Amino acid sequence: MSDATYVVSDGHTVDHMDEHPPTSTGISNEKLGMWVFLASECLLFGGLISTFVLYRNKVLPSAPGETAEHLHDAFDIAFTSTSSFVLLMSSLSMVLAVSAAQRGDMRILRSWLAVTALLGTVFIAGQFYEFYEFSAIEGFGFTHSPAWSAFYTLTGFHGAHVTIGIVILLVTLGLTFRGRVGQHNAEAVEIVGLYWHFVDVVWIVVFTIVYLIK
Amino acid sequence: MTDITVTPEAASGDHADDGHAHPTDALFVRTAVILAIITAFEVGWSYLPWWDGAHGLRSFIEISGLLIMMMAKFIIVANVFMHLKFDKPLLSWAFYFGFVLAVIVYMAVLTTFEIWSSGPPGFAP
Repeated sequence: MSDATYVVSDGHTVDHMDEHPPTSTGISNEKLGMWVFLASECLLFGGLISTFVLYRNKVLPSAPGETAEHLHDAFDIAFTSTSSFVLLMSSLSMVLAVSAAQRGDMRILRSWLAVTALLGTVFIAGQFYEFYEFSAIEGFGFTHSPAWSAFYTLTGFHGAHVTIGIVILLVTLGLTFRGRVGQHNAEAVEIVGLYWHFVDVVWIVVFTIVYLIK
Repeated sequence: MTDITVTPEAASGDHADDGHAHPTDALFVRTAVILAIITAFEVGWSYLPWWDGAHGLRSFIEISGLLIMMMAKFIIVANVFMHLKFDKPLLSWAFYFGFVLAVIVYMAVLTTFEIWSSGPPGFAP
């Protein structure tokens, strides 16, 4: 950006416009960009969810001579409900991290970022365990039937998003120690939070449509 | 050097009040409790014995109940945790436009594949 000095309406000058350039909307480009990205992600997950809905009843027997089991017969709803609860609570810890960043409370910010990453890791570990159970123990692998392919693709894509979110959280946590993230650019934490909450709302939809609706 | 007059809100590029109060940590905790309760209701609802072998109206009520609770959770997280309720309305428009567009597009796709038909699956893959 240029070396422009901006005069705000109360008569003061703003020296740090490199970090917060004025926009006609009053919303920073980074934040608006993240929201537009999340809106486009709705279309991606909409496609994956629709594919699952189309193929959910296309099941095959796990072995010759056996009757085809529906996906719900293999699901452990109690286990997945616990995973869902963990991801839901990670949204709480994330929003508390954003709040701490806005207050400039670095110790609390780091703690909540670490808790959020940990809860995300627990969720992913649960998903790995679930995939292992289905594929290695029960014999329902990715290529078993169209229903299972659609299931692994949808939940796998979501898991990949959560994993990327964990990496972003850990990078943000590292940047707080180097002084590059804090109260002066709390919006950076807020934008990370937007992504994290989005993976949570996607799971809210996936949990209901894939696991609860029979 | 260039002088540009902007409002303090525009200079900050964020924290647009629009007449709304800033959310507190207590609000976030209360919201999380509400979300946990709805999730518990959702799981409990899916386990009700009334739905065993449900068809027709009973199946419609079961699925509608789950979808209503799902949407309630979705909107609560978007509005409170993602700050849409406290932020500029433009952001709500941007996000919900994408969401509604996705719902319309894929409802059309599912209708094309005759997913709502109770008979033989027509074009369904």
